[in-house]
Amino acid sequence: MKTLVCVKRVPMTGGRIVLTEDEQAIETKHLGFAISPHEECGVEEAVRLWEHHGGDTVVLTLGPADAEEQLRDSMAIGIARGIHLVTDGEEWDPEATAGAIVDVIRADEAASGLFDLIFFGNESADSGGFQIGLRVAHALDRPCATGLKGVAVDGDLVRCEQEEGGGRDVYELPLPAVVTVLEGLNLPRYPSVPGRMRAGRKPLEALTPVRPASRLERARLVVPEGESKQAEVLGRGPDAAAAVVDLLEQIGVAS
Amino acid sequence: MNLVLVEHVDGAATDVSLQALALAAGLGGETHALVIGPGGAAASVNIPAAVVHVAEHDALDAFAPDAWASILGGLAEQIGATAIVAPGSGHATDAMARAAVRLGEPLAANCISVTPGDPLLVTRVRWGGSLLEEARLHTGRALITVAPHAVVAAPAGSPGSVETFTPEIADADLVVRVRDRVAPPAGGVSLADAKVVVTGGRGVGSPEGFVVVEELAALLGGAVGCSRAVTMSGWRPHTDQVGQTGNKIAPEIYIACGVSGATQHIAGAKGAKKILAVNTDSEAPIMSIADYAVVGDLHEVLPAISAELRRRRA
Repeated sequence: MKTLVCVKRVPMTGGRIVLTEDEQAIETKHLGFAISPHEECGVEEAVRLWEHHGGDTVVLTLGPADAEEQLRDSMAIGIARGIHLVTDGEEWDPEATAGAIVDVIRADEAASGLFDLIFFGNESADSGGFQIGLRVAHALDRPCATGLKGVAVDGDLVRCEQEEGGGRDVYELPLPAVVTVLEGLNLPRYPSVPGRMRAGRKPLEALTPVRPASRLERARLVVPEGESKQAEVLGRGPDAAAAVVDLLEQIGVAS
Repeated sequence: MNLVLVEHVDGAATDVSLQALALAAGLGGETHALVIGPGGAAASVNIPAAVVHVAEHDALDAFAPDAWASILGGLAEQIGATAIVAPGSGHATDAMARAAVRLGEPLAANCISVTPGDPLLVTRVRWGGSLLEEARLHTGRALITVAPHAVVAAPAGSPGSVETFTPEIADADLVVRVRDRVAPPAGGVSLADAKVVVTGGRGVGSPEGFVVVEELAALLGGAVGCSRAVTMSGWRPHTDQVGQTGNKIAPEIYIACGVSGATQHIAGAKGAKKILAVNTDSEAPIMSIADYAVVGDLHEVLPAISAELRRRRA
């Protein structure tokens, strides 16, 4: 089985988002980075499929040079090789991102056969465009199911469970297919030290595509004006219990 | 002219669809609505649009996103829509992204406001609502989904007219189709509907530590939640997670215990009417969004609250 997982490097924003002076990006000087959460589960799922079926597993990202960290993280838990579409750090819009991914998938498939299953996150944590997987699937003329919390390969089919209205809708797609997944699909493992050592030696192909003009053009980012509150302190330690229960009674949820 | 994809449940337009209609009204011009599948005709009579188009076809009993995209895109071309708007729910977003790629158009997901013009200006949600983006949409046919519960819904009203039609649906557009349905787990109070939510964060310290959280939630008839740090540690199932990539909650009161208040978590708790934080750190980010706070160790504070509740009930 040959699988591909597409991931995005995103900052871990912590308690408060601070923007750069030009309001075009998040100030990340003091932040760590991670794989966007939904895609982290995509990586884990691809590794589990490889553990059951063997074959080839590839992780792909479009992002700055530093995004190699997220490719290596993926390879550290078992992905065999990486493809890095290296950008100058400027954000690409969904149409451009999907276009570049389609080009590199076609090239890889021409060289080493079709991907049976391609994983995307349902939406990235930062830009939240909700469309890259569907755009890629359409260009490749493959079926795609979105928002999945269950993915099970059975012969030539993949059974997909999509969270909807509290329950789950079930789809069955013929392979090759594209799926977009959600956090909760699985519990991603942490890389081991030997895994990290191996990841450093795994093959990584780097390409530098050219960014086309954007039709969804970012003007600026704005941190929404939350009510900056100062919490009313009801007390310290267990002595606060009476004041808390007074509050619960006042709200009408104590009985 | 604007075309709005209206979802419906039990013969009535959903709230988020009425919110999409309200946003579309801000674009100016006439608004048409499209309802698809069984129940659409019943829903159409209360949709405030100049024309409600009702797509009926035997194959539409189960959701098939490519078929929806084909119907939506086809109707938009037929009536010359310059904007297509849909609620940012799972199914509608899925169908809209498919329609966008079929029509060769960009899609602006999860918008909260629009300003007509050339280019069209949109404000859209990033980071689950922790950040907003103002963007220009360079196209003659704008595809927009509307962030749920960010826009005041259009008041109910009657349509100018209702036009029922039978779309042509290609077999290829039925490959991706809901085949089966797994019902939601029975029993218990769901996080989404709970009036009281008590969550534990990293500060709970262990899976066993949640016993004090569970006790208080049970006494209040509420639901237990947790932060992403807890889920990623394997202490609680992901179904308990509150946050951008977990459950969105809207309780009367949200009691956040040992939760630092990362933006990822708060994105799921914005709907709470009141927030009470229980935390040893009076400087934690949660304190700047909470209404009330108890500074202290949750393992001492929560049992004391539970005991006080029992005492007053006795």
